[in-house]
Amino acid sequence: MMPKKILIPLHEDDVAPRFDQATEVLIITGIEKAGSQDTRTIVLPRASSDQLCHLIITEGIHTVICSGIEDDYYQYLTWKRIEVIDSVVGSCKSALKCYVEGKLKPGDILRQASDPSASDAH
Amino acid sequence: MMKKSLSVNRRASILPRINNLFNIPINFFELLDEIAIGIVILDLNRKIVVMNQALKALIGFSQEEFFGVSCAHILRSNVCLYDCPMLHINEKSGPKCTEGNLINRDRQLIPISITSAPLKNFNGKLVGFLETVEDISLLRKLDEKSSHAYKFNNIIGRSPEMEKIFQILPSLAQSDSSVLITGETGTGKDMVAETIHQTSSRAKGPFVKINCGALPETLLESELFGHRKGAFTGAVENKPGRIQHANNGTLYLTEIGDLPISLQAKLLTFLDDKEVFPLGSVKGFTANVRIVAATHRNLEQWVNDGRFRKDLLFRLNVIRLHLPPLRSREGDIQLLLDHFLNTLSTHLDKKIQGLSRKTLNILKNYNYPGNVRELKNILEYAVNICGDRHIKPKHLPSYLVDSDPFDVAFTEQQPATLFVAKTDGSRFVRPVPDQNWPDIEKQMIVEALIKAGGRKNKTAVSLGWSRSTLWRKMNQYGIR
Repeated sequence: MMPKKILIPLHEDDVAPRFDQATEVLIITGIEKAGSQDTRTIVLPRASSDQLCHLIITEGIHTVICSGIEDDYYQYLTWKRIEVIDSVVGSCKSALKCYVEGKLKPGDILRQASDPSASDAH
Repeated sequence: MMKKSLSVNRRASILPRINNLFNIPINFFELLDEIAIGIVILDLNRKIVVMNQALKALIGFSQEEFFGVSCAHILRSNVCLYDCPMLHINEKSGPKCTEGNLINRDRQLIPISITSAPLKNFNGKLVGFLETVEDISLLRKLDEKSSHAYKFNNIIGRSPEMEKIFQILPSLAQSDSSVLITGETGTGKDMVAETIHQTSSRAKGPFVKINCGALPETLLESELFGHRKGAFTGAVENKPGRIQHANNGTLYLTEIGDLPISLQAKLLTFLDDKEVFPLGSVKGFTANVRIVAATHRNLEQWVNDGRFRKDLLFRLNVIRLHLPPLRSREGDIQLLLDHFLNTLSTHLDKKIQGLSRKTLNILKNYNYPGNVRELKNILEYAVNICGDRHIKPKHLPSYLVDSDPFDVAFTEQQPATLFVAKTDGSRFVRPVPDQNWPDIEKQMIVEALIKAGGRKNKTAVSLGWSRSTLWRKMNQYGIR
């Protein structure tokens, strides 16, 4: 069985507010087994939804965790059987943690780790 | 029930209030929610302090959890990340207005207008920002509609010449008569032909285009009328012609002037009888086809030269549509520049805001021998090359900037144009219409004669002609 691949468009350490404006993505492989995660960051030549979709398809991504995404691209990716969890606000780390725990839902606003009043999710 | 009312009262007591405006304090949040425009108040770190109901509805988030979250992550506007208006605001600056778009929770891209203003305390110190966000999708739609006012299908123009064409096109499309479209290369003959088809009652039928100048005579005949198996060497099976393909639709014959004379006769027969006889067949079939033809040639001249059949011209010339060259379409250059710049920037994913004044001057004063097609190609080149926000002369093709643009393509239909020198020293000048080459030549001879004091030898030398050429030309123009 192929290890699960997750892609998160990045803006600094956070989930990029917009899919079409992300110039950096994080790809995480092998989240099923603790300690065997492989992460790599890809810097894109320019921000483009089309190019990002192409990358998602060619990389064989299973799940995309992102924030604002236009409906055309959302529908395209889901049509390609890729799980898209959109409108996620927060740091990449907390989004990934919630996803691994099976808690992450579209529209989740995750508090920053530095925020003392924050819980990890919701 | 009692518990609920208690908690509401407790919450109300900690909500911010506005004092001294009325006799009793009023709720600040309720006041914000009454305003129909989206409002958000941010702290100095651009984190959300408060957001009104209108903005929540616009972005589609209803939770309260986003208080303290960075504005860019919630508003999700394209201006937030790389060109945040708040970065340019300080105690002394006034409100700043910028346009962009946001992606809401329903994944819709909404055009917005953002106005950002500083929030100051009583000492004039910056304490935060106030931002209003307005949905301008309706305005954008109106803009689109108003730009369509200068549009018929895909043809754009607002010059009186194009307005005339827009007025007659709908009624012309509804008739079933043959149409002959004339005009210089790049004026949009193909586009007009397609528009005629699309707006006609045959729109559901096929639109078949054939270039009469692109194929050799023998192939063209087979292409147009089709052939039967064994009609000639290599005809291994029956092949229907383009006319048959266009049955119940429109057949568009482009470059009709280049149709060989033998095929002109065959086409004429078809136009008369509406019956097609494929090569090698004795049995014909009736085709219900509307003919639209186009050419950049002067067919009347070609008839006089014996290169085009007069009777075919009369049959095609039921409705004549002449497309004006771009240089005579006053005001359309700017309109087309805007249109192509918008579409090409979007298509090529460039963030070009416009043309520099110098570039605009060059493009507006160029002669465009290749008409709209040339203008589009120039802009496509410039948009591809340009990496700035504005297209500058250095982004234009070099022939526009370096070479002398005085080499105007003289066509058969368009009289020669005269260029006049501009006093401001700019290199590009507009043609003066209504003067043809014989007039210019005559004027040139007269001026040279005056300069040479009437001496023919000297005049001939100054014009670069032999004495006999000068004598012949003087006779031709009746200069004594």
